[in-house]
Amino acid sequence: MKKRILALLLVLILVFTVALTGCGNGEDVPEGEDVSEGPIKLGYIGPLTGDYSMYGETTKEGAELAAEEINAAGGVLGRDIEIISYDSKGDKTEAVNAYNRLRDKDEMSALVGATFSGTTLSIKAIAKDDGMPMLSPTATHLDVTLDAPNIFRACFTDPYQGATAAVFAAENLEAKKAAVLYNIEDPYSEGLAEAFNEKFGEYGEVTNYEGYTKNDADFKTVLTKIAENEPDVLYLPDYIAKVGVILSQVEEQGLDVVAMGADGWDGIEGDYADVAEGHYFTNHFAKTDESAIVQDFLANYNEKWESDPTALSALGYDAVYMMAQAMENAGSTEAQAVVDALAAIEIDGVTGNIVFDENGDPLKSISIIQIMDGKHVLADKISIQ
Amino acid sequence: MTLLIQQFINGLSVGSIYALIALGYTLVYGIIKLINFAHGEIMMMGAYFAFITVITMGLPFLATLIFSMVLAALLGITIETVAYKPLRKAPRISALITAIGMSLFLQNLAQVIFGAEPKVMPDLIPKRPINIAGIQIGTVTIVTIVLSLFFMFVLDMFIKNTKPGKAMRAVSEDKEASVIMGINVNRTISITFAIGSALGALGGVLYSVAYTQVYPTMGIMPGLKAFVAAVLGGIGLIPGAMLGGFIIGMVETVSKAYISSQWSDAIVFGILILVLIVKPTGILGKNEREKV
Repeated sequence: MKKRILALLLVLILVFTVALTGCGNGEDVPEGEDVSEGPIKLGYIGPLTGDYSMYGETTKEGAELAAEEINAAGGVLGRDIEIISYDSKGDKTEAVNAYNRLRDKDEMSALVGATFSGTTLSIKAIAKDDGMPMLSPTATHLDVTLDAPNIFRACFTDPYQGATAAVFAAENLEAKKAAVLYNIEDPYSEGLAEAFNEKFGEYGEVTNYEGYTKNDADFKTVLTKIAENEPDVLYLPDYIAKVGVILSQVEEQGLDVVAMGADGWDGIEGDYADVAEGHYFTNHFAKTDESAIVQDFLANYNEKWESDPTALSALGYDAVYMMAQAMENAGSTEAQAVVDALAAIEIDGVTGNIVFDENGDPLKSISIIQIMDGKHVLADKISIQ
Repeated sequence: MTLLIQQFINGLSVGSIYALIALGYTLVYGIIKLINFAHGEIMMMGAYFAFITVITMGLPFLATLIFSMVLAALLGITIETVAYKPLRKAPRISALITAIGMSLFLQNLAQVIFGAEPKVMPDLIPKRPINIAGIQIGTVTIVTIVLSLFFMFVLDMFIKNTKPGKAMRAVSEDKEASVIMGINVNRTISITFAIGSALGALGGVLYSVAYTQVYPTMGIMPGLKAFVAAVLGGIGLIPGAMLGGFIIGMVETVSKAYISSQWSDAIVFGILILVLIVKPTGILGKNEREKV
């Protein structure tokens, strides 16, 4: 009997809490445009802990630097910008939770995120239904912006980047044979590998098209196999932690090959300067670019965070400026107006002059960087169509 | 032909690391019938011990190795005393679950202390290719194979010729009878854990030197493959673990080199399934009748 009463009580408590929180929501959020007081809230979602935290952190630092500069110059529409960041841990479910919290609890006006392609794709459907102005600084997968008029990105796509690397290898490095080694578990790596493979096939021969999984640490076997075909270029589209391991073994095996990579290589000179020496990668911007906007960005970033920015910091920085500019152009923070303004935007950013195509992908050139004496050297700027 | 030999050597170096770790699984299983799932994490801790030693004291390679093995042995003894000893009379499944818990505990401990980001292991051995009769072999590969074979030989001598070694064999044969014969079972079990953990640490140090990184989850995959190796060779049998380790390393290498680099893991685990269907006790295992 006692148990039954207890159960009844519990049910009652549950019902009441649900009812009460329901009411709470209704009262807290006034209908319409009453949220125009206080700072404009921009959401940010990225991996801030875990294996890929360095990527999420640097992007966030770039975004926060931009917000600080914009606020110091008077803000947007007379209001300050506030960046609210949540950790995705690089996990798709966490990203969706973060998005829901940003929308419902923090009432963000727009989203600058998410950071990785996988997490961005996981929130794509909800953001599209909400009509939320969404600008991913760094999600390079092709599908991110497809069929979603409200979703944009500040970086170039994987296929575009992979194809550019192939063109550079064939034309500038005069490579006849290339080998590809990619992570089969990662859409980023796979997308780049496929694009490179296809494009390089137009110029020469792809001798090996090999894969590995994220837990693989031994590449000696596959490198021995690749070495047999004597390729001129080895394409390694993955992130630093893995590329560093592969390049160390390339060195140890004494493989005579020029390696090429993608924007995931940015920062490789930190831990792997020795083994990355002389190799190339495609990137969003070059630190040695002399233009004022790049040099100012480098100086301000250094001052605020006491470290050097990566390309991801530059993209986070540009993304916030683009979003602010769009709101300024739209004259409001209303979602549809911001989306329309974003689609029509033209802006000079750290990562180049940016205009969006009809998908919401930026049209801009790609920098090819070579690691020389442990530093980035701009080898070329390429734009292919 | 040179390519084949080169791949054979690659397989040998991967296999020897698996064999070292597999020995830890098999020694412990042989003596207390426990699959010590925390063994992969002991390997990981061994790598961290070496990393810290190099960073703080800058010792040369061999000194670092010995130091890390000793620390790992102490860690192994501690784990056994704290987590497994109180459960020795409990059902086997309780100890197994404790082992899984211990594995997660060590992983998270490493994550809290060192952070999740991979640390770069300094080059303890100068890395360069050595040319032997037209075959390119890396220095690390050679060191890995030589050290592994050396310690396996030492282990074999220890088990066969020393008193504690004989005690280990006796306890694994029949625990009650060895008590009657005056063998200190608790001490023997501690020694077994110490040896297994030291070999695991050796594997971990070689692994982290070869693949340049130390990180909290580095023990999972090698640990799993070494476990497979131990089962494949016949768990509880020392030659079985060595054989299993080398077979797994070879299969992995051959499938990467000649079949498909994308499918190598699937092939490795597929072979395990095949062998276990044909011979459930493993390659060297004897079909024993259940004791009544």
